[in-house]
Amino acid sequence: MKAEYFVNSTHSFTYTILMATFTLNINGKTEQVDVDPSTPILWVLRDHLDLVGTKYACGISQCGTCTIHVGGMAVRSCLLPVSAIGNQEITTIEGLSENGDHPVQQAWLEHDVYQCGYCQAGQIMSATALLKNNPNPTDEEIEASMNGNICRCGTYTRIKKAIKTAATNMQNA
Amino acid sequence: MTRIKTSYNRRSFMKVSAAASGGMLIGFSWLNGCVPATSEKKTGLAIPKEWFEINGYIKIGDTGLVTIYSPNPEIGQNIKTSMPMIVAEELDVPWENVIVEQAPLNTGFYQNQFAGGSLSIRLSWNALRMAGATGRRMLMEAAAKEWGIPISDIAAKDGMISENNGERSFSYGEIASKAVGIEIPKEIELKEVKDFKLIGSSIKNVDGKKILKGEPLFGFDFKREGMKLAMIQHPPAFGMTVKDFNADEIKKMPGITDAFIIDTTIDDPEMFDERGFLKLIAIVGESTWPLMQAKKAIKANWETIDALEDSQTHTKRLERALESGKVSDVRKDGDPEAAFKKAAKVIERTYSAPFIAHNTMEPMNFFAHVTENSAELIGPTQTPEAMEKSVSKFLGMPIENITVNMTRIGGGFGRRLYVNFGVEAAAISNKIGGPVKLIYTREDDMSQGTYRPTYRSKYKAGLDENNKLIAFSVKGAGLPESPVFPKRFPAGAVENYIAERIHGETNVTTGAWRAPRSNFTAGAEQSFLDEVAELAGKDPIDFRLELFDRAIKDPIGEAHDYEAERYAGVLKLVKEKSNWGEEKPGLYRGVAAYFCHSSYVAEVFDMMMVNGQPKIKKVWCAVDCGIVVNKDAAKNMVEGGVIDGIGHAMYSRLTFANGAAREMNFDRYQLIRHSQVPEEIEVFFVENEIDPTGLGEPGLPPAIGALANAMYKATGQRYYHQPFATERQIIG
Repeated sequence: MKAEYFVNSTHSFTYTILMATFTLNINGKTEQVDVDPSTPILWVLRDHLDLVGTKYACGISQCGTCTIHVGGMAVRSCLLPVSAIGNQEITTIEGLSENGDHPVQQAWLEHDVYQCGYCQAGQIMSATALLKNNPNPTDEEIEASMNGNICRCGTYTRIKKAIKTAATNMQNA
Repeated sequence: MTRIKTSYNRRSFMKVSAAASGGMLIGFSWLNGCVPATSEKKTGLAIPKEWFEINGYIKIGDTGLVTIYSPNPEIGQNIKTSMPMIVAEELDVPWENVIVEQAPLNTGFYQNQFAGGSLSIRLSWNALRMAGATGRRMLMEAAAKEWGIPISDIAAKDGMISENNGERSFSYGEIASKAVGIEIPKEIELKEVKDFKLIGSSIKNVDGKKILKGEPLFGFDFKREGMKLAMIQHPPAFGMTVKDFNADEIKKMPGITDAFIIDTTIDDPEMFDERGFLKLIAIVGESTWPLMQAKKAIKANWETIDALEDSQTHTKRLERALESGKVSDVRKDGDPEAAFKKAAKVIERTYSAPFIAHNTMEPMNFFAHVTENSAELIGPTQTPEAMEKSVSKFLGMPIENITVNMTRIGGGFGRRLYVNFGVEAAAISNKIGGPVKLIYTREDDMSQGTYRPTYRSKYKAGLDENNKLIAFSVKGAGLPESPVFPKRFPAGAVENYIAERIHGETNVTTGAWRAPRSNFTAGAEQSFLDEVAELAGKDPIDFRLELFDRAIKDPIGEAHDYEAERYAGVLKLVKEKSNWGEEKPGLYRGVAAYFCHSSYVAEVFDMMMVNGQPKIKKVWCAVDCGIVVNKDAAKNMVEGGVIDGIGHAMYSRLTFANGAAREMNFDRYQLIRHSQVPEEIEVFFVENEIDPTGLGEPGLPPAIGALANAMYKATGQRYYHQPFATERQIIG
């Protein structure tokens, strides 16, 4: 049995990519990159700025592993083009705190949350954004706002406990 | 104390030391600079000026700081913390003084440097204890020599050596330089289990702080000056291969430096699925986004060389296999046929499960730098030794010219037991003549897996007029491998028993997926036994305990795989802890117990109906895995296993159409999420002095049975076919 066929056979080959210079405000620093404007901010961070704390896992905004803050909001960086950022402030896991001492990071340490650890930067970025907007979330609110973050190892119950610990510590601070 | 002979000699230590002086052992701290990596604040000990190699596991600095090398791949099972804990216990050094480093692959010294079969701690338990005890003994001998007194007059404890009846003492750091020249002891003393201080306590993950700060730890994060990035494109379906593609057009695209076809066919490879896509399109470039664009622009001629299978074909094949397939392996006790005939009640049920993908959050990737006479590989692998051998065979290069270093691994679950991606990286590096990191997209990862096989098993049980189980039959088929374990429970506990294995065929690549075969069989068997107990009018725990009682007092047939006392032990423990038998309105409970990877786990699920949907309130786990090394981390492992079991049984499946995986990313392939997990999971360990057994896998299998049984109580519906959520929708 032999058969042949083409995939993507209608694709045309006229590639003219205009590179552009973007000035970005990342973790309180100004950075300049010269890239294709369609480049998702995830790859700008990882490939061009050596900020590899933000991870790739799905590339279609489904798993939350690449979560960063843009203008204080948790967003998935894998689909967000660098050209859409403008002068909004970007915070990545590297810029969340000086030395890993954000109350959410401390709570993660206290509950020894991680297994493989790959998704945890994204989980922490979603959790910090949640607590910023809702300092005392209910279980349902935690679930609703964390549902976009997958943990394949199944550390979900510890993540929830850590978020509650962080909420308590932040309110008492 | 337990006296044991050391299994290594001067020669093997020398080998490691020689390697160390060449920078191999000490050198692997990429991106971390030269300062020893440590995630926890230490007790004020300064960074040593000089380090002394005591043996391949231990290096002691002149300030008393101790580096312990963790030999096995870290995939999230936390052995990078628990393996060094075992060494530190026997060395008797405070944990605050310990720095942990990942060891490179060194087959000349370490043994069993792989992460699979829940075997890391189990196989290395003695070696790790010996490494620590040997180090401690050598430090003591050095001190005894220094003071000119017999070794019996001194003691070593908490990083200090002291005279029993005197004032003199040395810290480990002060005497380390003298210990280097001490002869390796032929015999050493190990601690008694009751004297353990570190083992059995809870030590935080040594990489914890780095993980939560987003430091580069994973293969995907690895960078080397001058390194290119590469991606592959595999054929669109199993049964197809690549003929040619528009390489010239792709090479002209911005950011792309090369494009070609690689052929990774190897004679007699190790941990390598030969049914997989051996010929692949490779694209090389400077950064990820242009590579992703180029991948979309590939126009290839694919050739169909084998059948293009689909999920309907797979289901039919399994059904046919169960009806008329060739039975390859049978265990038979008594006369099951006659027993079923005379049984007062007979029940027969069929269970099935689909192919599933591993879906580690970190997609496959590997760094390779192949030169004319060397190959360096760095990245996430569960089997560095198999990768070294396969790359050696592929390149036709002697094994000693190849090095493999391990990064932290963003999930394994069995996927990274297979080394294809490492060979692919080596092939690309070989072709371009420079360093390269191969990265998979999620779509590459999900549609080119070594999937959990699809299974279908038929269970049958016969009860006599007193509701005693007198006949049991299991017949299981898989594509490609049967899920049945003929010697496992209830073998040995039923007078008339038959287990039959039937293997099927598929060209879809399959392999080990966390708790292979058990991940299906436990759910099927344990839900079936729940139905049998119900038919017998017995409590499901009491019903199982009766069977174990039989296996203890009067075992049937040839040897069975499990220890019935320990099996019954976890059931009794979970019964006690969960207050089994206590009725509460609106509370629905299910139980299951399973043995695999030499460990025993029983679980009780508490479920409630919330807005018409079953919701798991609490999961109670009782675990017998022998001695627990790192308690809280061990609990984490079991919690993860429970959630993983629920998730895959409820939601996940990989289906095929025309040979291609239909689910290629998390939009169509469902993994369990925050809102779907139990509110609480509580883990209890049986306390004993049995050497540690497996823990990475055993928590998962019983979760599926306990889940199905609790859902039955909550919804009145039995669940036979995974994923259960789909079945529920079908049921309406």
